[in-house]
Parts: sequence; C-alpha cells; structure tokens
Amino acid sequence: MSSEVINTKRAKQAATGPYGKVGHALNELDDRLGVAKGGRTFLDKIFPDHWSFMLGEIALYSFVVLLATGVFLTLYYIPSTALTTYHGSYLPLDGQRVTEAYASSVNLSFAVRAGLLMRQMHHWACDIFIGAIVVHMARVFFTGAFRKPRELNWTIGTTLMILAIVNGFLGYSLPDDLVSGTGIRIAYSIILSIPVVGSYLGFLVFGGNFPGTMVIPRFFILHVLIVPALILGLVGAHLFLLVRQKHTQFPGKGRTENNVVGTPMFPVFMAKTTGFLLVVAGVTALLGAFAQINPIWQFGPYEASRISYAVQPDWYMGFLDGALRIWPSWSFHSFGYTIPLEVTVPAVILPGILFNIAYVWPAFERKFTKDFAMHNLLDRPSNRPKRTAAGVAVLSLLSMLFIASSTDVIANFFHLPLNQVLWGMRILVILSPFVAYPVTWKICQELRVVEGGGKRKTTNVVTRTAQGEYVATAAPAYVDDVHAELEASEVPTFIVDETDEQGSAGTRTVDR
Amino acid sequence: MSEHDESRTPVALSGLSANDPHLQPAARNPQLVERVIALCFLVGIILVIGFGACYWVNAKPWTLGATMGGGLFFLGVGLVAWGKYLMPRGPFVEERHTLANSEGDRDAFAAAIVERGGTVIKRRKMLGGLLGGGLGIFSIVAIFPLIRSLGPLPKSTLFHTDWRPGSFAVDITGRRVRKGDLAVGSIVTVYPEGFQDTDNGQAVDQTVLIRISNQDFTTQKGRETWGPAGYIAYSKLCTHLGCPVGLYEQQLQLLVCPCHQSMFNATNGAVPNFGPAPRPLPQLPLYIDADGYLRAQKDYGQPVGPGFWERS
Repeated sequence: MSSEVINTKRAKQAATGPYGKVGHALNELDDRLGVAKGGRTFLDKIFPDHWSFMLGEIALYSFVVLLATGVFLTLYYIPSTALTTYHGSYLPLDGQRVTEAYASSVNLSFAVRAGLLMRQMHHWACDIFIGAIVVHMARVFFTGAFRKPRELNWTIGTTLMILAIVNGFLGYSLPDDLVSGTGIRIAYSIILSIPVVGSYLGFLVFGGNFPGTMVIPRFFILHVLIVPALILGLVGAHLFLLVRQKHTQFPGKGRTENNVVGTPMFPVFMAKTTGFLLVVAGVTALLGAFAQINPIWQFGPYEASRISYAVQPDWYMGFLDGALRIWPSWSFHSFGYTIPLEVTVPAVILPGILFNIAYVWPAFERKFTKDFAMHNLLDRPSNRPKRTAAGVAVLSLLSMLFIASSTDVIANFFHLPLNQVLWGMRILVILSPFVAYPVTWKICQELRVVEGGGKRKTTNVVTRTAQGEYVATAAPAYVDDVHAELEASEVPTFIVDETDEQGSAGTRTVDR
Repeated sequence: MSEHDESRTPVALSGLSANDPHLQPAARNPQLVERVIALCFLVGIILVIGFGACYWVNAKPWTLGATMGGGLFFLGVGLVAWGKYLMPRGPFVEERHTLANSEGDRDAFAAAIVERGGTVIKRRKMLGGLLGGGLGIFSIVAIFPLIRSLGPLPKSTLFHTDWRPGSFAVDITGRRVRKGDLAVGSIVTVYPEGFQDTDNGQAVDQTVLIRISNQDFTTQKGRETWGPAGYIAYSKLCTHLGCPVGLYEQQLQLLVCPCHQSMFNATNGAVPNFGPAPRPLPQLPLYIDADGYLRAQKDYGQPVGPGFWERS
C-alpha cells in the first residue's frame, strides 16, 4: 500500500521534469491556456534604464495608493447632504448642524483608527499622482517620445491627465467643508458661464439651482466609480501600448532604432519596480503622518453664505484660479444675452486651448518638420530648440498663472498693494512665454555646440609625485555608467537650415 | 579597459554562460551590499511590526504613518538595491520587431472589410439604412432619460430670489432686524424670513445689510427710497463667480470678495472698483415698517450672482 503511494509520487516527480513543482504547475497551466511562449517573452522583455523613466512609475504607483486608501475611505464616508448634529470627538464642532458628508469625513478622521492617516495619504497621493503625470508628460514631450509610433499613447496620456485633474477636484469636494464647498460654488458658476447651454448644463449637473441636494451623491459616484474606471481602463491601454511598442531609449552604445538595451523584466526590473512601489507607498505614508493636509475640521462645514480668507484650490487647479483672478472684468452683453467673458475666457476657453494644444502637438510637429519616420531613440532636448522652447514657454505661462492664484497672499506677505501684485502678475503672465521661448531657444543653440555636451564627465584622479608635482589623469569609466556612452543624435536637417538663416552658422559647427 | 568594454557591450539574454560578465552583479562588493540590504529589510520588518503594535494600542495617528511609511520605505529601498546591485547587470539587448505587417497581410485585411463587408452593405442598402435609422433614433431618444432626467430646466429660477414685497429681514438665527440693531459702519447677513435655514436662502437669498452714515452715501437714480435711515442691502453673491462677498472694509466702505478679490463700493451702489467682477451687486429695496422692522419693498428685480447667457 505505502510503497504504491511512494511509487506514484516518484512517477509524478519524474513527469514534472527538471523544474520540479513550478514546472509541473506551468505545464498544467500551459495545457489549458497556452501561456509558455508568451510568458517567456514577457519575462525576457527588456526595460531600458534611465532615471526619467521612473516618473511614469511614480504616477502609476501613487494611483495604486489612491485606490487602496480610497477603498478604505468609502467604507466610512456617507455621500449625503442630509443635515445631522455633530457629536463626535472633535469638541469645537460639538452640537453643530452639519451635513452627513462633513460629519462622516470628520468622524473617519478622528473616530476611525488609522482613518486620519488614510485620508491624508489619499490626499497626498492625489497631489503626487497629478504632479507625477505632469512631470512625466514633460519628459515625454521634451525627449520627443510622443513621435511616431507613439502618438496614440500621448493622446491617452493627455486624457489621463485631464481625468486625474477632474477626479482630484471631485474628491476634494466630497468632505463638504467650507473651502471645498466654495470650490463647488465656483465650478457651478463656471458651468453657468458657458454660452447658450450654461444654465441648462448647470441645472442638469447639480439637479437644480446651486447647491441642490444632488451634488454630493453625484460627485461621489463619479469620483469613486465612473472616473476611476475610465482612468483604470486608460492606464491599462497606456501600459498595453507601452509593452506592444516597447520602450523608447536614449542613444548610447549599442543602442539603435531597432533594439532595446537594458535589464530584463524578470527578475531585475520586477525587483526594482516592486521596490519602487513600496517606496512610493512609504513616502506617501510618511507625508500622511507628518505633513498635515486639508484639515477640514479647522475649515468648518460648508454654508453658502460663509467664506474664509485665502481660499485656494489644490495645486493642480491653481492655474485656473490664477487666470480667473487676473483676467479683467470684460462681460459681453448684446441682443438681450450675456456672455460672461470674465469667466468663460479664463476658465473654459483657456484650459480648452491648452489641453487641445497637447492633443494636437504630435500632428502639428509632424506637419511642421515633415518628419514621418518611426522614432525609438529619444532626443536630447537641446537638439530640438524649437520644441523645447515651446514647451518651456507653455510651462512658464502655467507657472505664472499658478503664482497668480496667490495674489492676495503675496500682497499680504510682502506688504504690497494688491493692485500692484495684480498688475505685476498680469504683466508676468503675458511676458513669461515670450521671454521663455527665445531664452530657451538660445540656450539650446549654445548647448548643441558644446564639446562633449550631454556626456558625463569622468572623474579626475589627482596624484602627487615623489617630487611634489601634482598630476591629474582621467579615471576609467565606471563599469555601470551607461551615460558615459551617450552619443549625439543626428541633428535634423530643418534645424541646420534654420541656423544657416540666422547667419550664425558660420562660426559654429553643429556636428560633433 | 578592453575587458570593461567587452562586458559593456549589450548581449542577448539567452545562451549566456553562467560566468558571463553580463550575469554578474553590478556591485563591486556584493557581500557588503547584501549586508546593507539585509539591514534595510530588518529595519523594515521592525517598523512594520511596530505599525501593527501602534495600531493595537491605538497610538497617535502620526506613529501609525511613521511606522507604516518607514517600514514600506525600507523594504522598498532594499528591494530596489537588490535589483540594481545584486542582480545580473547586463546590459542586455532585445531586437524590436517591426509592428507593421507585410503588404499582403494589410491588403487582405482591407479587402475583408471593403469587399466582403462592402458588398453586403451595398447589396442591402435599405436594410442597412433602416437599422442605422433605428439605432440613430434610439440614441437620440435615449438622451432624454439619460440626460434630461438629471435636473429641472432653469426656466426663470435664476431671475428671482425668495425676497417678496414685505419680507422681513432676519439674521441667521431667524431674529428680525430692527432699526436700532446696527451701529453705523456695521454689517450683518440677512435672509427673507422663513428662508434662513433653507439651501436656497443660504445660497441665493443671502444679503448684506450695512448701516452707512448718510453723508458718505451717493444715492443712485431711482433708488431714493431704497435705503431708509442709512440701511443699505446688497446681494451677498459676488457677480464674478458667486462667492459670498464676506469681507467689509469699514474705512473705505468696500465689500470685498475673498475668492478673487473683487471690491464693491458700498457707498456708491456697490459698483465694482477692483477685481474681475463685471457688475455692481444688486441692491435690495428696503423700508422700515411702523414697528421699526426692516423689510423688503420687493425682490431684487434682476438676477443675483454670476453672469449667464439668458441674463440680459
């Protein structure tokens, strides 16, 4: 009896071959799903190494943190504007009539163990998520990673950025505190400002005139289901395209348009990226522990006739708020109708233009440069002066608009008249792109002809001889230093032509 | 140096011998790195256990975050270092395969759509038209339950408030405001009686009542009777974006909106003299009844708050 059992076991072991139980399990899986070939290709997939490829990972992993902490919050949050009397552990609010949404937000912060940590982590993860998206997008833009064949992924990424901003605003609104409620009020007025359909749209979104009773439940379901589902689906598409089209890489030794050089998915990249997920989650938790964010119990509950000083949105809405502050009070009235341009232009048309520039940029650049080729090698930003200058111009415009959202705080802090700060910001906003463009363009032109530009300098080893003489010799390149091998990419013809037109080409050479 | 160069050349992942330099760890001193990583993991484990302990004893929130964050951080740093310094250093190379298929495959794909599908649709144009029409009609009809049900039509909602002829002005607690209640230069937010607790009363009807000394005040044409005994009432909704105009600068007698710093001249019809607000705050006509109570003569007579298309 027992020897028979042992024999069967041995037979099974023999059947599994040299890879033991894992091999056996994989055989069973492959019989049913046929995964061996594709799985091996996936594990062998090569990921190029560069610190800037980490930016997208920060965005992805802060989204993971958002999902995890967000699920925790939904278990305690009540999406209702029904009134209740607060009798929680935060005594200054005791006995106040507040909405269920506000009361549950305060309660999950104070009465639920680890609740405050989860809420602060959620808020920090959101700010990091959108920040990482923007920086990642800048990296993709400045290095030309959006070029053929990756235009579709650029479009998906831009959509993801917009969805992230929208969902950030929706989530920020849910606690129904005084500051976020004012934000909702402003959002309603912005919808109202859209010509012809504005009032209808506003009434449909809010279920009637502001504030109504529907806005919190509707924002809730949008925030926790509909927009995250869209984001999740598009993140899936974003990553699928990335795997299908493979990574871009910077030019370097052995790297061509037709290969990928780096480390394999398993185990190297998997270890690094999983470790990085833990680091992102850890840093978010440390921020949640030590850096207070959005203390809604200090703001108090939202009441439509109350307001607080220095009302500012989260950072990613700052550029809109800044634009609303500095745009002049030009309202358009004619034929018995009004177009509130003082709102429509800065809050509807401006973001519309900016986001559409992002969407059409790949097509615009293709048309402009007549470059229809496939690109898997990245650009050095200085080798593309016009693109880099355009990107810096837009970023500086956005930065100035962001600063303009603090005009009152700046005026108070520096004891300046508000009027001077306002006009200063108006001038800076208009001027900044026109200064940033030529300055960046010039810097790029200069950098392109720098000898050894973009290469890492090797260390000098200084030795003293017996005679007391100092001799400096270049150290051998560090074995893992891939950047030392950076080669200049070919300068595209349209840039060389342009340098000729500038008349300065005679004094410099662009080929290294 | 030449040995270095050899090992720096990217190679394919498969078919390498075990002692190939590409499969060696990147660290020059793997033993040391291993110890450092082990230390990271140990610190991480201690902190993660600490997280559990802090949760168990219900310690302060920051201790939860510090232990959890620190624990995840050290575990993560250790794992990244493991991957970076102790795993095969490469570099490895993988060829890209062109995504595009052969000309023949492309043509066959296009032919399948154009010829097979095309003939079917061309032959049965009427059926296709009917089906398309049906689905088109459905998508239009479906807009109504999907979109139209979301809310009522605005109609005239945006054009009036709950202030009626004779409405008593009450404060947030519902107390009626009398003639002697406000000192000169002071301000209170009032609502039409019965609406101070309602959403609409809070969001739409909110009105600032200011008592102004008469010599400062410029009476607007047609509003001679609207401010009895120096009591002036303006809509509290900023005409820019509808924030409450909640600040009153007593010296200059300016009403200030803290959202985008629009300022309205309280002594001169609440005309905006700074910021993005395009219109004066609408003024509510008041009268003082025989018992000394402040009451509204009538509604504002124009939409309060921010601009919109139908507003003339």
